[in-house]
Amino acid sequence: MKMGKTISEKILSIRSGTDAYAGQIIEADVDYVMVNDVTGPIAFREFNELKTEPKREKIVLIPDHYVPNKDIASAEQAKEMREFAKQHDIKNYYEVGKGGVCHQVMVEEGFAAPGRLIVGADSHTCTYGGIGAFSTGIGSTEAAAVFATGRLWFKVPETIKVELTGSFSGYAGGKDLILKIIADIGVDGAAYKAFEFSGPGVKNVSVPDRLVVANMAIEAGGKAGIFPCDDLTVEYIKDTVIGDYTAVYADENAEYSQILKYDLSELEPMVAYPHLPENGRPAKGSGVRIDQAYLGSCTNGRIEDMRIAAGIIKGKKVADGVRFLVVPASQKVYRQMLDEGLMHIFVDAGAFISGPTCGACLGGHMGILANGERAVASTNRNFIGRMGHKGSEVYLAGPAVVAASAVSGYICVPEEVRK
Amino acid sequence: MKQVSGKVWRFGDHVDTDQIIPAERLVSENLERLNEFIFEKVRPGISSEISKGDIIVAGRNFGCGSSREHAPRSLMQAGISCVVAESFARIFFRNSINIGLLLVECKVDSKEGNMITVDHNSGKITDENDKKEYSFPQYPEFIVSLISKGGLMAKIKGELK
Repeated sequence: MKMGKTISEKILSIRSGTDAYAGQIIEADVDYVMVNDVTGPIAFREFNELKTEPKREKIVLIPDHYVPNKDIASAEQAKEMREFAKQHDIKNYYEVGKGGVCHQVMVEEGFAAPGRLIVGADSHTCTYGGIGAFSTGIGSTEAAAVFATGRLWFKVPETIKVELTGSFSGYAGGKDLILKIIADIGVDGAAYKAFEFSGPGVKNVSVPDRLVVANMAIEAGGKAGIFPCDDLTVEYIKDTVIGDYTAVYADENAEYSQILKYDLSELEPMVAYPHLPENGRPAKGSGVRIDQAYLGSCTNGRIEDMRIAAGIIKGKKVADGVRFLVVPASQKVYRQMLDEGLMHIFVDAGAFISGPTCGACLGGHMGILANGERAVASTNRNFIGRMGHKGSEVYLAGPAVVAASAVSGYICVPEEVRK
Repeated sequence: MKQVSGKVWRFGDHVDTDQIIPAERLVSENLERLNEFIFEKVRPGISSEISKGDIIVAGRNFGCGSSREHAPRSLMQAGISCVVAESFARIFFRNSINIGLLLVECKVDSKEGNMITVDHNSGKITDENDKKEYSFPQYPEFIVSLISKGGLMAKIKGELK
């Protein structure tokens, strides 16, 4: 009998018109290619040298890293993107005030859909695996190549199957699942590979939680992290998805390089200590003093994260000596926070709320850390100097731990916040 | 495929792209002088000590983290001729192959300051100080062809004609 295929093998087979299996190198048609204000300028220069027409309907341009313009250099860079969009008549450009953090915008605006092959010059492009796409991060020169040809080469990855059972309990969520996986297999445990999530637990993981898990597949070295499309996926995207899509499922007899099993009900809120995302451990009882708490980013800056955090901080105050920064991932999340009254809760607690930006997540702006300072952040990386000074520290956690820590002044779970 | 020789700069496991070049340097006005900022948070001053042709030898997962192509570009601008690592993060690997920075996946014990030669034709690395030899496997045919065409843009230029 012919060997079955994983979701990755199937999508890459369909898009390349070949019978592709793990290990092969193929050239495939890409549905969309996205660049941001940091990776875009190199792509624009490379593309313009080709002196050809772009595949403009496939291109998505989203300024998010250093916007609103942080300084003159970043203003010039954001201007390059704006001008490239104008020069080549690219409609999918999301100006400040109309978009937000690129991966959130890609989902909200309906570019991401099951079965699609999407690339982006940003490592967290793997996020859209949360809704069944094969999406992965690429470089700027590669993005320029896709602008020109609509195609790119891929090595078909081996797949690690993650079988989920049970459902999350208490304040545990998607962030805690992925931090646990990374703690178990290490920051290169999935190098060159894709994750595929399956099992009866999948239906108990909300789509926003799936996006969190897929988003951080790269922190285990993964090329993609894919959840199969189901009723939850269809419901989540039905009002926004652009065009048709075809969901792709793995064959029963697909081959996996490794199988991991997690009972979601056993997971507890996690925190990853400096300076690698693999340093995850239970957050309960941590007690690490913090100077800043950061709620935002493409990982955990969605309305669901804002609701969780607001529920914990409502009627309480941010601890003395702590700055609590709340950064919705998009203009839509921002608007939703207004509609639901969450803005009042955060402002009354003494939190600082900004508009959508990648901001301090990558040490860009809007909340950089000084020497010796510590932050608990709902972001995705805690590398040396990631949020500022090389002597600063970042602790990664989900929204509940971030909010609870903001109130307590030290890293803790919501149950440990003093009444 | 070519042969390069140079002095070793030694790094450990999981050297991320934020270490190679910090995010705050990633603006267009720096694109022609990215070399000035390499490893500035973790090995300040290294940029001015590297000579043309020098080789980085590292452990596992070199280049993990962000997709910033500025990382391999900054190393090339600094004069690094080749990075030898036990393994590479995949986006860094793709970026390097596509823009022409030589990478070799091989576990090498060479100490900092040793002179080594990397021969892509024979798949051998020779440490002239330790008198040790290592071998590494060839890339798949597609990648060899990509490198020999001069990288991704050169390949595309050929195809668009």
